[in-house]
Amino acid sequence: MSRLANLPAWLRWGLYAAVGVLLLTVVQGFDNTDRLTSVTSSQSMLRWAIPILLAGLGGLYSERAGVVNIGLEGMMILGTWFGAWGAITFGPWWGVVAGIVGGALGGLLHALATVTFGVDHIISGVAINILAPGITRFLSSEILTTIPGGSITQSPRVPGVGSVTIPFLAGGNIGGWSSPDVLGWLGGQGWFFISDAANLAKGLVTRVSWITVLALILVPLTAWLVWRTRFGLRLRICGESPAAGEAQGIDVYRYKYIGVIISGALAGLAGAFIVSPELSGIYLEGQTTGRGFIGLAALIFGNWRPFGVLGGALLFGYPFGVGLRDLDGSASHSLILVNAIGLAAVSVWALRRSKRGDAALAAGLSALFAIWYFSTDVVPDVWINILPFVIVLLVLIFFAQRLRPPAADGLPYRKGQT
Amino acid sequence: MKGIPFWRRALLTVAAPVAALIFAVLMSSIVLVISGSSPVQAFSDMFSHASRLETMVDILNRATPLYIAGVAAAIGFRMNLFNIGVEGQFLLAALIAAHLGAMVVLPPVLHVLFILVIAIMVGAAYSGFAGVLKVTRGVNEVISTIMLNAIAISGLVAYLVREWQAGGAIEPGSAQRVGTAPIAPSGLLPDLNTIVEVFTREIRQGKQLTGVLVVAIIVGIGYHVLVNRTRFGFDLRASGINPFAAQVGGVPPKRMVVIAMTLSGAVAGLVGMTEIMHVGFFPANPIRGLGFTGIAVALLGRNHPVGIVFAALIFAFLDVSSGVLQFTGAASREIVVIMQGVIILAAVVAYEIARRAREKEEARAAAEALAVAA
Repeated sequence: MSRLANLPAWLRWGLYAAVGVLLLTVVQGFDNTDRLTSVTSSQSMLRWAIPILLAGLGGLYSERAGVVNIGLEGMMILGTWFGAWGAITFGPWWGVVAGIVGGALGGLLHALATVTFGVDHIISGVAINILAPGITRFLSSEILTTIPGGSITQSPRVPGVGSVTIPFLAGGNIGGWSSPDVLGWLGGQGWFFISDAANLAKGLVTRVSWITVLALILVPLTAWLVWRTRFGLRLRICGESPAAGEAQGIDVYRYKYIGVIISGALAGLAGAFIVSPELSGIYLEGQTTGRGFIGLAALIFGNWRPFGVLGGALLFGYPFGVGLRDLDGSASHSLILVNAIGLAAVSVWALRRSKRGDAALAAGLSALFAIWYFSTDVVPDVWINILPFVIVLLVLIFFAQRLRPPAADGLPYRKGQT
Repeated sequence: MKGIPFWRRALLTVAAPVAALIFAVLMSSIVLVISGSSPVQAFSDMFSHASRLETMVDILNRATPLYIAGVAAAIGFRMNLFNIGVEGQFLLAALIAAHLGAMVVLPPVLHVLFILVIAIMVGAAYSGFAGVLKVTRGVNEVISTIMLNAIAISGLVAYLVREWQAGGAIEPGSAQRVGTAPIAPSGLLPDLNTIVEVFTREIRQGKQLTGVLVVAIIVGIGYHVLVNRTRFGFDLRASGINPFAAQVGGVPPKRMVVIAMTLSGAVAGLVGMTEIMHVGFFPANPIRGLGFTGIAVALLGRNHPVGIVFAALIFAFLDVSSGVLQFTGAASREIVVIMQGVIILAAVVAYEIARRAREKEEARAAAEALAVAA
């Protein structure tokens, strides 16, 4: 077990992912469906995971600097509006820039309130979540209504930045030459586990928006930036022990500001992605649907580390992705069995660590899910909507106590205090 | 706080929210001017509209659930617990209470109490669950209440409304939505029009001052008495200000968390009563946003029973009076939403500045006192 903890983060999460794929494959075989590991499910999962990932990464920058950012949802909302308006008015990439700037402005406001004025971080975040929809609604009533096809609650169609299919892995084009589709070939072989893994992987690299590529690159980039550079070290000092940072002569306020503004920018990018044709192609009031908060949950799940956030985002995005294309409810039904097996595994894991209470709870929930699975054939479609949130709760219930936030996270800091 | 004259303390306390209001008005005026409207015209339209009796009834009707939601959030805030889930709690509570309340017919007072008690219990359970998660599993109550909120709002409420639709469950996807079965008249709180009309003229336009206003007043008095005059309230406030000291003083921290969250949810359950008592059933499209606005109201009112009254009235005034802006065309009514957001942000910043000013005052007064004594 300790050997597992010594592996580098990306390898560890890769192993977890492999176990997850194995579980899905087994259940698929049991249920005689291929919806759980199909290429389209994987593509949907990725689309839904990217805003969560970006929000979670944003939360990482902010919380590693010691500022809790509940306002990610509001900053994402700003990102959706500015992203849509920028893309429609100036062009797709300008939309991305505008979304980033919009979110960053929200971050600036949050930083101003929490760092300079010392307002409680959560209260400021809640205030921004209240303010942001008001601002976008007002801006919509002033600006969007003047654009043909726009109204107070929605915008005309948003142009996209285009997508890319990775060559070799998924048969993308290099300069007009169609490269071999390795993953596609593997997926078509029907080999247990390997084909499923290949299909899932192919979904991650086929026709992905450039924003997706950007977001995925940000994960290792963040890992390098925050853990291997001087900037990152200073950022983390502000989150762990700002007094120590100040003793070294670091401008704690400046790094907190930078962290929060970056978090706003990333949330804004998430918003821009949501309005891009990759996901919805339009600005709609209320379209963030809590993904900023799920991003926070992904951050907690990932123990405030980039690859963990990615794992959390994919995990929470998966039920969204599967449920979206699941017209007859059979895949969601299979997911119940996945839940049951997963909880049983958690129970075993808890037993090995002598945590009787956890094990009993997990076993009990596992049994409930199993009973539900075997006693019904379809699930009411409400379940598809709430499953992601239930999974977040389950994950937090069992794993929240093993996680370690930055030591000074959420504490207001004033220069000169010890 | 010895040494600071009372009037200075009072000034500092009132200065903050007033400054926040002034700042919000200023910011909104700037935004209005930029967008080509006249702030003077807009505000005068809103005020003249609000001076009519019917509008005042509307404002009170709107302020009632906001006040209850504010108290619910404030109970949590007093213990540094953030019950963001007021929205989900009140929707679920109102839905279940309306559904069950329509299934029985009891003598009038009992029937009303039945509905209220169910709403309280549902809200308490939904919120208490988050509290239990916090003390037993260490799940941060912000995330858990937000998730529970999402579960309620994204699917559970809509699903149950469909299942419990008056006249039998309707097919999913069908366009016809009305709401749950109507509650018999014995279960509805009567409106207060007759009492009001004793003092004023007759209320026109069919406006009814909701009887839930009485419930809100009771909730407010209960909140004040509980928090300021009971031992439990003392424990609550102590746990919020300094949990470690409170624990040393004998307050069981985990139990307090669960009780506070449960209490907060219990009050939150009553927020939807205004709408239920008004229309007699739980509509498929209930008024949304009351929960989050309630949080804002609690923040603006600084968790004080009377402060929340003013905050609720201010927010209700903004909500209701914005409607007239559409009539007169003085400004787009969305400016009101920005105003509300700016008020909140400005208020919390102003409170913080005031707190720092007070601390400096205290330090100075203490230093002076020491210097004199030395």
